[in-house]
Amino acid sequence: MPDPAPDSTPAADHAPAARPPLRRLLRSASKPALAAVAVGGAIGALGRYGLTLAFPAEPGSFDLATFIANTTGGLLIGILMIIVTEVAPGLTMLRPFVGVGILGGFTTFSTYIVDIGQAANAGAIALAVVYAFATMAAALLAAATGMYATRRLLARSRT
Amino acid sequence: MTLLLIALGAAVGAPARFLTDLVVAHYAGRHLPWGTLAVNVFGSGLAVFLVVAVADPSWSALLVTGFCGALTTYSTLAYETLRLVEEGRWQHAVWNMAANLAGGLGAGLLGFGLAHLITG
Repeated sequence: MPDPAPDSTPAADHAPAARPPLRRLLRSASKPALAAVAVGGAIGALGRYGLTLAFPAEPGSFDLATFIANTTGGLLIGILMIIVTEVAPGLTMLRPFVGVGILGGFTTFSTYIVDIGQAANAGAIALAVVYAFATMAAALLAAATGMYATRRLLARSRT
Repeated sequence: MTLLLIALGAAVGAPARFLTDLVVAHYAGRHLPWGTLAVNVFGSGLAVFLVVAVADPSWSALLVTGFCGALTTYSTLAYETLRLVEEGRWQHAVWNMAANLAGGLGAGLLGFGLAHLITG
């Protein structure tokens, strides 16, 4: 199947007339959802900090804590998003609180980049490359596993 | 105290990611996950800048671990990439991971250089 070119999105996406003003969009953002994201984000970040206490890593060494946070966060978002989209679409606060908030706060891209930079800066280029691609592969595989396993369990429980 | 600072930073960073995604999607559409790319690139550059320029552990807990940590995300990046794969858009999925990594590293280099310029 040929990929649609990036510029082939419907014209309505770009037509100003089809777009409500940004002010109205921001005002319509659900306040309870924003609060849920904030509280969830704080919980997730504290969990990530807990992991760095449990698995301390010197700058320039393999940051196991962040690796674990990003991979388990991947697994959990895979499970969560199948539940949100295919099981309980009515639970409207589940995605803001758990997905955007807790898992978004628990996983991190900035620390991942800082880790790669510190390894490279310390001359450990191989470590930087291994860490970068191991996190990528493990997080994607974990998320795919979470989605697949949840769908399998659902299919079995429905028959 | 450290816990409170991290929680506070994250309680601002996570909603900032949520709102940035809304605003970016408003202008760029949802054909590709530009919102996550935006927060990950910006947050990575800011985090590297702060790690080099800020020595105080309290500020670091608030801004690096809390704010930047929660502003950026790996879980949504992984999920959105897999959604592209499920839609059969393999090229876009690979582009998305590459753009986040390259963009994050590029912004990190920029933050690194800027921090060294300022701190001397």
